[in-house]
Amino acid sequence: MLVYIARRIVYVIPIVISVALVCFLLVHITPGDPLVAVLPADASQELAAQLRIAYGFDRPLPVQFGIWLWKAVHGDLGNSIATGRPVLSEVMRAVGNTVTLAVAAALIGFTFGLFFGLVAGYFRDTWIDKVATSIAIAGVSVPHYWLGMVLVIIFSVQLNWLPAVGAGPGGSGAWGWDWEHIRYLILPAITTSVIPMGIVTRTVRALTGDILSQDFVEALRAKGLRETHVFRHVIKNAAPTAMAVMGLQLGYMLGGSILIETVFSWPGSGLLLNSAIFQRDLPLLQGTILVLALFFVFLNLLVDITQAAIDPRIKRS
Amino acid sequence: MSAISDAALQAAPATKARGYWATVGRRIAHDKVSMVCAFVLLLIFLSALFAPWLGLADPYQGSMIRRLRHIGTPNYPLGTDELGRDMLARLIYGGRLSLLVGILPVILAFIIGTSLGLVAGYVGGRINTAIMRTIDVFYAFPSVLLAIAISGALGAGIVNSIVSLTIVFVPQITRVAESVTTGVRNMDFVEAARASGAGAFTIMRVHMLGNVLGPIFVYATGLISVSMILAAGLSFLGLGTKPPEPEWGLMLNTLRTAIYVNPWVAALPGAMIFAVSICFNLLSDGMRSAMDIRN
Repeated sequence: MLVYIARRIVYVIPIVISVALVCFLLVHITPGDPLVAVLPADASQELAAQLRIAYGFDRPLPVQFGIWLWKAVHGDLGNSIATGRPVLSEVMRAVGNTVTLAVAAALIGFTFGLFFGLVAGYFRDTWIDKVATSIAIAGVSVPHYWLGMVLVIIFSVQLNWLPAVGAGPGGSGAWGWDWEHIRYLILPAITTSVIPMGIVTRTVRALTGDILSQDFVEALRAKGLRETHVFRHVIKNAAPTAMAVMGLQLGYMLGGSILIETVFSWPGSGLLLNSAIFQRDLPLLQGTILVLALFFVFLNLLVDITQAAIDPRIKRS
Repeated sequence: MSAISDAALQAAPATKARGYWATVGRRIAHDKVSMVCAFVLLLIFLSALFAPWLGLADPYQGSMIRRLRHIGTPNYPLGTDELGRDMLARLIYGGRLSLLVGILPVILAFIIGTSLGLVAGYVGGRINTAIMRTIDVFYAFPSVLLAIAISGALGAGIVNSIVSLTIVFVPQITRVAESVTTGVRNMDFVEAARASGAGAFTIMRVHMLGNVLGPIFVYATGLISVSMILAAGLSFLGLGTKPPEPEWGLMLNTLRTAIYVNPWVAALPGAMIFAVSICFNLLSDGMRSAMDIRN
């Protein structure tokens, strides 16, 4: 087990460096001079040359990457061009809101996904299965940003029950777990939950179906086990894979929140990314993407290790 | 001896079983859900393709005095948008760009990813390691983040959207292609081809491609739904098509401000994305179960 964990961690190192390289290069595939973003439109040649040296753009690319990586490892992702504040603190503050949203969405999506998946797999090819699979297909096919709009139309515009945008009354920054704040969370969380709900349903349904068709289930039934006990075995066998899928989905929710956060003006990392793109705030863009990608990499690592810990079949292979 | 084999050859066509693809085709044709989806998609495709000849209103012609008409207004069956342009015409014309930007990246990624996966899987060794480890790096990004990061860096535009989405899907298709190819590589008929002196390229093209294409194709059709949602999502963020071009994602974006005035007209473009996406998903599912002959 320890060997597996060690090997898995060592394997992550080149991935992390490559991810950093991709984030670094993103700024350099930008058409035109990377300085364009920092430079005032009427800047003189001397100022341009000065800034080029100040930002280190005059050095060879590998050297620039080395310096950038060295600083990044020490928590310095540069300063946002738009606000002048350190990128890392901007990103971490926003990530907190995204985590709140993702966790709420995961609670909704995973609960319904597991329920629909188990029921559909257990009652395969009945009407219950058909209803559950239809919901799942709709969940994975719906453009979630559009679903967000539709929910706003129904619950904010027409019924006036829930707020349409923001993450708290009066635009206050601090999040709290009281009704005044949770009201703002409901619509974005439901919107975010539909895709993981659909994917978890489909995965668990397939898993349950597979496990139920295996010989050992037949043996358990032949032994005279009650159906509830058989069911417990099914859940035990489906758990490792289902957990891996859910972990991955959590990662997608954290990293892919830009569309939903834009629809609901939810002040998370996605909205930050959106403003970084449109203000051409390249350090902020780079830093946000790097932090989100690293979150995703480490979440994947955690999922793999957890899966190996609870599933003895993985260690053997 | 030769007389017997001649006779056997002549008899072969008469007793020939239906081919694999013919069986798959028949099974899909008998699947009602798949057929309905195929019909809906065909309808949307053809109307987008032949939009100029359908006698629709001009999708660019706006008017300040007839902005945001409701669904069912005479002459404007689906209402008008925030600039008074006919929604029906814009939705049908919008299919052109939306479908192009949604489907083309998957086609490109299918070609590139299949080639990469085939080479990685067949040649193996260092080339496999080089290709697959590079692919792993892209797996370190959630696909939405990767698409937006590349589009955000490249800037808005249709070509940039297609490029960024292609980059998102190449790794996924390559991984599937590689694993399918590795499965086929050591089968007896490939060994036989190698023993009879066929070169690597010939074996890949003649003997492997036909055997790996099916599963990769089904996987790729499943990606179209994601691609449609992402492509329209890029436009929705302002990273894809530019106004006044009709495109579903962009229409959804510009109509977002109108949800307090005329909400259901504002929601229409999203319904189109949803319809196309769900049809591709169901069709892909139908194909997958039709190709799984053993069941």
